[in-house]
Amino acid sequence: MNNESWDIIVKPTSKWYNLRLKEIVRYKDLLFLFVRRDFVSLYKQTILGPVWFFIQPIITSITFTIIFGNLAHISTDGMPQILFYMCGITIWNYFSDTLTKTSDTFGANSAIFGKVYFPRMIVPLSVVVSNLLKLGVQFFLFISVWLFFLGKGNTVIHPNATLLLIPFLIILIGFLGLSFGIIISSMTTKYRDLKFLITFGVQLLMYASPVVYPLSIVPEKYKWIILSNPVTSIIETFKYAFLGVGEFNWSHLFYSVSITIVLFFIGLVTFHKVEKSFMDTV
Amino acid sequence: MSNIVLKVDHISKQYRLGQFGSRTISHDVNRWWYKVRGKEDPYLKVGDENDRSLKGGSEYVWSLNDINFDVHRGEVLGIIGKNGAGKSTLLKILSQVTTPTTGEVKIKGRIASLLEVGTGFHPDLSGRENVFLNGAILGMSKAEIKNKLEEIIDFSGVAKYIDTPVKRYSSGMMVRLGFAVAAHLEPEILIVDEVLAVGDAEFQKKCLGKMKDVSGQGRTVLFVSHNMPSIRMLCTKCAYLDKGKLKNMGETNAIIGEYLTSGYINLSSDESAIPDNLSLHGSGEAKFKNVLIENENNQQVQELDFLEKFRVRLKLEVKKQLKDVTLAVYIVNQFGDIVMMAVQDENYLPSTFETGPYEVNVQFNEELMPGNYSIGLALSFFHTGSDIDYIESFYPFTVIKDSKRKNMEYPWATVQGYIKPKTTWQIKKV
Repeated sequence: MNNESWDIIVKPTSKWYNLRLKEIVRYKDLLFLFVRRDFVSLYKQTILGPVWFFIQPIITSITFTIIFGNLAHISTDGMPQILFYMCGITIWNYFSDTLTKTSDTFGANSAIFGKVYFPRMIVPLSVVVSNLLKLGVQFFLFISVWLFFLGKGNTVIHPNATLLLIPFLIILIGFLGLSFGIIISSMTTKYRDLKFLITFGVQLLMYASPVVYPLSIVPEKYKWIILSNPVTSIIETFKYAFLGVGEFNWSHLFYSVSITIVLFFIGLVTFHKVEKSFMDTV
Repeated sequence: MSNIVLKVDHISKQYRLGQFGSRTISHDVNRWWYKVRGKEDPYLKVGDENDRSLKGGSEYVWSLNDINFDVHRGEVLGIIGKNGAGKSTLLKILSQVTTPTTGEVKIKGRIASLLEVGTGFHPDLSGRENVFLNGAILGMSKAEIKNKLEEIIDFSGVAKYIDTPVKRYSSGMMVRLGFAVAAHLEPEILIVDEVLAVGDAEFQKKCLGKMKDVSGQGRTVLFVSHNMPSIRMLCTKCAYLDKGKLKNMGETNAIIGEYLTSGYINLSSDESAIPDNLSLHGSGEAKFKNVLIENENNQQVQELDFLEKFRVRLKLEVKKQLKDVTLAVYIVNQFGDIVMMAVQDENYLPSTFETGPYEVNVQFNEELMPGNYSIGLALSFFHTGSDIDYIESFYPFTVIKDSKRKNMEYPWATVQGYIKPKTTWQIKKV
């Protein structure tokens, strides 16, 4: 009996390192169809369609300019306020959207997951990609505003060679959001307590990251708290590349990369462990 | 090299009953503590048999208990059993939606399961876009779907609406499109749950035909259904599940016979019990408790042969003396129309019931034409017609087209009428 070759063996447990990553490659078409579905269905039956992607960051930037800039007088390191906030929001939104949406992977897809088998990782991965498209649109908006300020003969903005790191930063923050998301989604299938934390947890994390304020105004004594947040150095580097203000520090960036790798690995393993049995508990 | 494409090896599945709550976490902690010390899961030793009607003492239940069987290439295996016998759990494990608690399943080749038609359909996307999405969910590549797109649309018969969002579809059209995608999957093993229950007769026929083709091409099909005629038509072999155990497996007709006679004559049996919430209206002064159908061999059945006489038996609980009432038994067709109404008194006169339980036998002397029927019951006041208890439609049963006992078969494809009348013909050439 042992000399026969079986293509699939369904067992109660498998080794933790057997993540069946090869299957993900086989289902790559599904990934892109999910992305297409998310994108197309989002603006069906709307009048403005994809324009909504622009409206959200514009309104948020204006709100931040009024509240944090003009009422609270928080420094923007001498940058035009709208540009400073838009810069932070563009990259932060990608992170928070990815995290929030992937953190409900099992809950939102239990109907499909209960009927058909396919590698469950396809779903959160498709979220990363469809949010990347949304980021693309918002990034385009930010670049337009940025070019407008550059063209005005403004001398305060100093773009620099760090711009070459931008694609890397985007991938990094995408994976960081994904890692948080799949860890949370794996933990919430059985005990849903964590679900309540997510919405305001993400909100709190934004204030623990230099989105509405520059790292430079954080008192030296508390800086380590903000820096221990792996999102911080990614956002700071992003701002530094485009605006030339803020901090760019290789060791801080290295810290974020290491944390992302560790979290992503933990996420993959827990996600894979949960995907096999979650139908019985969700 | 043997011909076995699917090997189910000592599969068991345990479920936890009731609510998840703080007790769950104490069990989880306990389980983890046993694991750390290298001991066996303590909750695997407990657990009741999977019997839905008995309230067990344990919080755990064995939904499947030590199931073993092999399926060979090209076989069409029917899986039958009552509700809650573990059929769906077995299919879920085979299609890798969940894992067994113990044991393993070995599979050769690509496996596709149809536990539901049109999984993942997005209401806002068009039929065409959903064909791609659904196909990919079922494991096809984009190129494969593109190749078969014309065929799929053609098979579904909804070509006219293919670029309309599926939320505008009727449920029948949705099923047609969903099945059309699945029918063109071409896996080595196809698992089908009772998805054919919806869709019109013509489409059901088309689906059954397609499944027959699939098995003809040397592929393997596993088919779960409560519809004995289609099991009989499709399956070469049958597995009978009962209370989570594999009761028997073998040649289709023999196993179906065993299954259908298993609930032999018991007016208190679970299958004949009428749920309390089924009474639509009524004063509550009496209640129908059980109803069942018996065939000519005095067996409780849900399937009658063509030209077979039948008897309806029912149990009634009268709570206070009822005067001037009458009892009626209806036979209702699949469209909900009453095709026969039998009343208690041949001369249509009222009668009286005393307090207490009653058992009633109604022998029908007419035969029904092949088709799907159910039973309706009414106890009402003779003069006002107001109901004391009323069951609109319960206990579905089928009259099949062939009759082994009478050794004949209904000769035509479509059935006309519902009741075979007793007539005398006089024909003479003039």
